[in-house]
Amino acid sequence: MTVKEFKIKNITSARLFLPIVSLILVLIINMIKTPNFFNITIQNGVFYGYIIDVINRASELVILAVGMTLVVASSGGTDISVGAVCALAGAVACFILAGGEVSTDVYRAPYITAFIAAIFVGLLCGSFNAFLVAKMNIQPMVATLILFTAGRGMAQLVTNGQITYIRVESFKMLGNSIHGIPLPTPVFVALAVVLITLIILKKTALGLYIETVGINNKAARLVGLNPVYIQFIAYAFCGLLAGLAGMIVSSRVYSADANNAGLNIELDAILAVALGGNSLAGGKFSLLGSVIGAYTIQALTTTLYAMSVSADQLPVYKAIVVVIIVSLQSKEFIKIIRGFNLNKKKAEVAHER
Amino acid sequence: MKDKLKNIDNKTFLLYITILLFIIMYGIGIIMFGSKGFQKPQVFLNLFISNAGLIVIATGMTMVIISGGIDISVGSFVALTCMVLAYLMEKVKMNALSAIVLVIIIGLIFGLIQGILISYLNIQPFIVTLAGMFFARGMTAIISQEMISITNETFLSWANKKITIPLFGIVNKKGAVVYPYIYPTVIVALIILVLMFIMLRYTKFGRSVYAVGGNEQSALLLGLNVKKIKLQVYILNGLLCSIGGFLFCLNTCAGFVEQAKGFEMEAIAAAVIGGTLLTGGVGNVFGSLFGVLIKGTIEAFVSFQGTLSSWWTKIIIAAILAFFIILQSILAMSKRGKK
Repeated sequence: MTVKEFKIKNITSARLFLPIVSLILVLIINMIKTPNFFNITIQNGVFYGYIIDVINRASELVILAVGMTLVVASSGGTDISVGAVCALAGAVACFILAGGEVSTDVYRAPYITAFIAAIFVGLLCGSFNAFLVAKMNIQPMVATLILFTAGRGMAQLVTNGQITYIRVESFKMLGNSIHGIPLPTPVFVALAVVLITLIILKKTALGLYIETVGINNKAARLVGLNPVYIQFIAYAFCGLLAGLAGMIVSSRVYSADANNAGLNIELDAILAVALGGNSLAGGKFSLLGSVIGAYTIQALTTTLYAMSVSADQLPVYKAIVVVIIVSLQSKEFIKIIRGFNLNKKKAEVAHER
Repeated sequence: MKDKLKNIDNKTFLLYITILLFIIMYGIGIIMFGSKGFQKPQVFLNLFISNAGLIVIATGMTMVIISGGIDISVGSFVALTCMVLAYLMEKVKMNALSAIVLVIIIGLIFGLIQGILISYLNIQPFIVTLAGMFFARGMTAIISQEMISITNETFLSWANKKITIPLFGIVNKKGAVVYPYIYPTVIVALIILVLMFIMLRYTKFGRSVYAVGGNEQSALLLGLNVKKIKLQVYILNGLLCSIGGFLFCLNTCAGFVEQAKGFEMEAIAAAVIGGTLLTGGVGNVFGSLFGVLIKGTIEAFVSFQGTLSSWWTKIIIAAILAFFIILQSILAMSKRGKK
């Protein structure tokens, strides 16, 4: 092996190689298709442009991807209920603010109550999933399937099957922009979530514990960790973040739409985790990878929308991307490729002789 | 008393609870809605009529779960099946029979691809079928975003062919005897159920499915070709899904994007309620039939009650599913504790 080959291999096997390359790839495609992709203009003291839009729209996804990363890392399973929990949290918040009315121009209850309620609903849903997965040892997918289907139903019941509108300026702040600040608020919220989580993971041993539990549950218990407790934290935290994302989603459209809030976002979040170079089988994880993955997915979504693909049709392309990524990650596939290379080398050696 | 309880092992215990639950629920229904005609035989047969497709899909799901896997793409796939059928018959003007053959081929291919990814590339079943779920739903939207109603005469004649049962006739207000009826879909569904039962219980393949689900390593050591068996399971499941989708379509006679949403949970719930262990290796398709009937009874409750929103069905089924998986888990834990 020459030095050059060695270097290339080092780069390609680096943690963040896959997410960064795919992000650059999507951005290059965009740059060719829409030349004004990177243009940023200022209107009314607020930045506008494709790239700002991508960063803005990706915020909920980034928040969910953070939670999903911890869930995947700690249990080797995914939480597919996050989209439904978003809808439910938004519905509860709007229900409280509107005081049960369909539409309101003033708050019927203090904003902070609704906000805390939404976060609490998320935390509660997360804890329910956590109880089933960590305590009762049920496969994560099946356990979260319960809220995946029932969550939207409960949101419908809360909103009485209608879309609840909150037509108050301050309600829109979380999802849009605050006057005087040039960037949309969700960007800062996402940034804060990522930073706080990173600090918690780095400053305490939690990150290490999560990886340990994800790699080998039994071994983790033998070294004195409590896997139930750690998985519980991961799922509950994921639920809490889903509640926060739900608040942003409903603030964006200043309403609670039980059918469409956070629709298909669970696939995006899982995709972001996979694209971030994390194994969906659990264990070692990179939070930054997932965050870059989330921005990549949003860039991809924006690109597909620009190519006039409708929202209903979008999942087809994302599903194909998911399958390709997990196939590339799978050990069997790597074995096949290695076997192929080995055979080639053998053939070369035989040929030389 | 305690000894007697000990003799009933976990497998049959869950099935007994299910049958008991069904009888109790139906009994409550008769007491609560007796004045509205809940006790009529037709109401009972309607459980089969409106859930014929689900019965077939739940048997497939049972087999997949027994083999240690899971398939959450079934709901979307049913929507895709209905849409393809509607599109082929209405837009392409294909005759009904060839449209169905084509749909079954699509089902086999869908099962084959998922099966290869799961068994030969060793990717977790729920990731593969989650992708399959979004793929199928998206494909449905790509074919048509508008609803397509089926007007094909052959198809409608199948859909509306009533088969009366010359038993339990009820004299109606005019004095004529009205016999309860079923549709051909029910017969197809029940035949498939029986065939699947025989296959899982008495054939080599069926026993291998249990072996693979019970313990993959042991199955491998026994000399079974685990990967091949898993692949066959998913192909067969693809076939059953397309047949189930076809039966479902005979009920709705239309294809649209939002169709059969949450079907995957109903199928999984039916299997789990019927005593199939999510860890694999244990299960019975007849249990799943009772699971489906329980779901049908809840739906009947909601429709007889009249004022409840249809979302309640989903919430109650989710609650029952949660109850049963917790029960399973407790049983599994107590078993481990004994050892």
